[in-house]
Amino acid sequence: MGDVTMRVWRGDPEGGTFTDYAMPEVEGEVVLDVIHRIQAGPAPDLACRWNCKAGKCGSCSAEINGRPRLMCMTRMDELPAGEPVVVAPMRTFPIIRDLVTDVSFNFEVARRVPPLAPRAPEADGTHRMMQQDIDRGQEFRKCIECFLCQDVCHVIRDHEENKQYFAGPRFFIRLMELESHPLDTDDRRELVRQRMGVGFCNITKCCTEVCPEHIKITDNGIIPLKERVVDSSYDPVAWLGRKILRRTKRTAAEAAAGAPDYQGSTVSAPIS
Amino acid sequence: MPEITTHEFDVVVIGAGGAGLRAAIEAKERGLRTAVVCKSLLGKAHTVMAEGGAAAAMGNVWPEDNWQVHFRDTMRGGKMLNNWRMAQLHAQEAPDRIYELERWGALFDRTADGRILQRDFGGHRYARLAHVGDRTGLELIRTLQQRAVALDVDVFMECKVLRLVKDAEGRVSGAVGYWRPTGEPVAFRAKAVVLATGSVGKSWLYTSNSWESTGDGHAMALWAGADLIDMECVQFHPTGMVWPLSVRGILVTEGVRGDGGVLRNSEGKRFMFDYIPAMFAAETADNEAEADRWYEDHINNRRPPELLPRDEVARSINSEVKNGRGSPHGGVFLDIATRRTPEYIRRRLPSMYHQFKELAGVDITVEAMEVGPTCHYIMGGIRVDADTEATTVPGLFAAGEVAAGLHGANRLGGNSLSDLLVFGRRAGVAASDYAEGRSATPVLDSTEVDAVLAEADAPFARSEGESPYDVHSDLQKMMQELVGIIRTESELVQALGELDKLEDRAGRLKVQGGRAYNPGWNLATDLPAMLSVSRTVTRGALERRESRGGHTRDDYPTADPELGKVNFVQREGTDGSLSIAPEPIPAMPPELQALLQEESH
Repeated sequence: MGDVTMRVWRGDPEGGTFTDYAMPEVEGEVVLDVIHRIQAGPAPDLACRWNCKAGKCGSCSAEINGRPRLMCMTRMDELPAGEPVVVAPMRTFPIIRDLVTDVSFNFEVARRVPPLAPRAPEADGTHRMMQQDIDRGQEFRKCIECFLCQDVCHVIRDHEENKQYFAGPRFFIRLMELESHPLDTDDRRELVRQRMGVGFCNITKCCTEVCPEHIKITDNGIIPLKERVVDSSYDPVAWLGRKILRRTKRTAAEAAAGAPDYQGSTVSAPIS
Repeated sequence: MPEITTHEFDVVVIGAGGAGLRAAIEAKERGLRTAVVCKSLLGKAHTVMAEGGAAAAMGNVWPEDNWQVHFRDTMRGGKMLNNWRMAQLHAQEAPDRIYELERWGALFDRTADGRILQRDFGGHRYARLAHVGDRTGLELIRTLQQRAVALDVDVFMECKVLRLVKDAEGRVSGAVGYWRPTGEPVAFRAKAVVLATGSVGKSWLYTSNSWESTGDGHAMALWAGADLIDMECVQFHPTGMVWPLSVRGILVTEGVRGDGGVLRNSEGKRFMFDYIPAMFAAETADNEAEADRWYEDHINNRRPPELLPRDEVARSINSEVKNGRGSPHGGVFLDIATRRTPEYIRRRLPSMYHQFKELAGVDITVEAMEVGPTCHYIMGGIRVDADTEATTVPGLFAAGEVAAGLHGANRLGGNSLSDLLVFGRRAGVAASDYAEGRSATPVLDSTEVDAVLAEADAPFARSEGESPYDVHSDLQKMMQELVGIIRTESELVQALGELDKLEDRAGRLKVQGGRAYNPGWNLATDLPAMLSVSRTVTRGALERRESRGGHTRDDYPTADPELGKVNFVQREGTDGSLSIAPEPIPAMPPELQALLQEESH
């Protein structure tokens, strides 16, 4: 086996450039293995996130040859032979350094999702749920929070300004999981409509395509969520209620203005 | 060096896996100012990789199950080196901790009547593991993460803690470290600190552990004067991937065997029937027909030998390979393809299917997997009080893998996730009690803080020196070769000599680049803990002249009943010297002893 050229983006919030590393090919490796060999050799300070190296933690998200993927689940031998392998950070999030981006946006949205509000348990103190009633919720809970769906979503990919109105695919499936949870007693439909921006999604299914867990984000998550919101929004009783109370539909910006405080929290490191 | 920022909390939890999050939830629910500090992003800790399930005697599948049976299984699996009180509390409280997760949003797989389904695992008499396919750890960490976020626990992500700091009275008063994204120093003043830093696997070459498992908590406790016990008891999980080399060590869940998978050697033989130890002979099937009937009828049949405790299975695989009956890449075959339908396999073991398909090009519904032992877990660790998880240093608590006692010399699969929940909560309770009883704001000694930071910074200042990657790589190879699954005195003595040299090299490292998100520097600051842990494991292995559980000595191949009555306690003196001495394990009350005398059937 010969050498492979790894074209890796190096830089910081001020800017950066691609740097080529010629690395010997090793049988059976994934992109993350080669990145690790670059760290152990020519570039010990090359920044990348990773943990499990088995597609279970969702840390090593990057854009490989332009496609959002996990570095640990992308085999080198499936990439075009004889061409450089281009590894870039996720574009939707601010750069920290090299392949590492500031994904704190996602952790901030997570704080705005009202948690499960379970109904009272059975007489024995536990709950009953049938498997078929939780199959869909379990599909959403396969999410490893790699944020590749957030990265590829065109609503926020090149539109930083939309992030304040838009929760993104990862949180639409989280909301749908809660809305469809057999034990839940909360109603998040107005929140979803007015503050999570589900209406911005125009169902291009890019998120579904890049999901390493093969969750049917659009078909099983976003579309049913949109339907629920529309059902509540156009429900004649609800319509009458709004009429009487002189409420009209708010714009997302107006809705967001009433949303909980959106500035940073201690969940992220200070980026200087 | 940039200006240091100091944060003040009542309880600071170091580590954001299952134990750390569960402890923080408890302290926050009590209304205390609570922080979690972790090296990675929230939700990425090693708990996420747990696959098979959480053991809890809920009796949903086998009504015969109860805490007494779970207690007995845990003690026998641990070769009786366990802290009996921890094993009792664990077995009694695990079901409540599982049901609590359900109220916080966890969606476990269900029985036909809508209760939590439980699966079979090695060493458990009944199907006992609450699970979600083979991604139970993800469910557990996500549920705890979402609960912690809902409670508004402060989380300091990608923040490395270097050292604990004590006050003049010898109480832990905080910790010092740095932010990984910026490299800026940070300190915490805390009335109580909970260590929940997980494992030590990164000192070995083939491990199921992630980069984070560098034994930070074990080492920080040792450096702070706390006792470590039974550090020689390291678990090599029998089934890690062996091929391709880049994925060697990645875990293959015991659930494969729990759901019907069997181990075969190169001759196609189910070799585990040749390795049934006397201790488990009465409850283990000695023929394939009985073993296969057991899956449907646990009452009238004995368990398959593939489901012996992990230490037994790992040693057996090692022996098959050593005797020339291994698979092409130095493992053995794990076969579920010929035993279960493809639909069943994909439903029960989706991530195993995915993992082998994508990383090894193997379809496990058609072909056998190649597997071999991988460094997975440490049963030894920080000595704690069974009820409060208090260490021997005031103000310092420890829970989860970093703490010792529950698992004795060998942990049963499924007992780790329940350990995190039961003792994470208990540590949170006790740390909160302690913090509430401490009125004055703790003081951090700035001289000590500055010294810790200066030491961490030293590799930047050197004009010459070695790469931390080289030292780490040599440490891993050495520990794999000399302090691996089978140990012997001459190699352990050699390992101590090698550790001297590696420590010397680690004191002369040079790192390139700046402080911001610099993995080379981060590794340099992880190395002192890895070296300290490696030394305590080696010292413990040398002193325990017997084979028990995860600790196997080629030169002392049997268990010594006298050594089964002691913990090997290691402690660092104020002069930095390491002492090791046997101390008697706590005596078990007669009513619990009686549970262990019972015949299995």
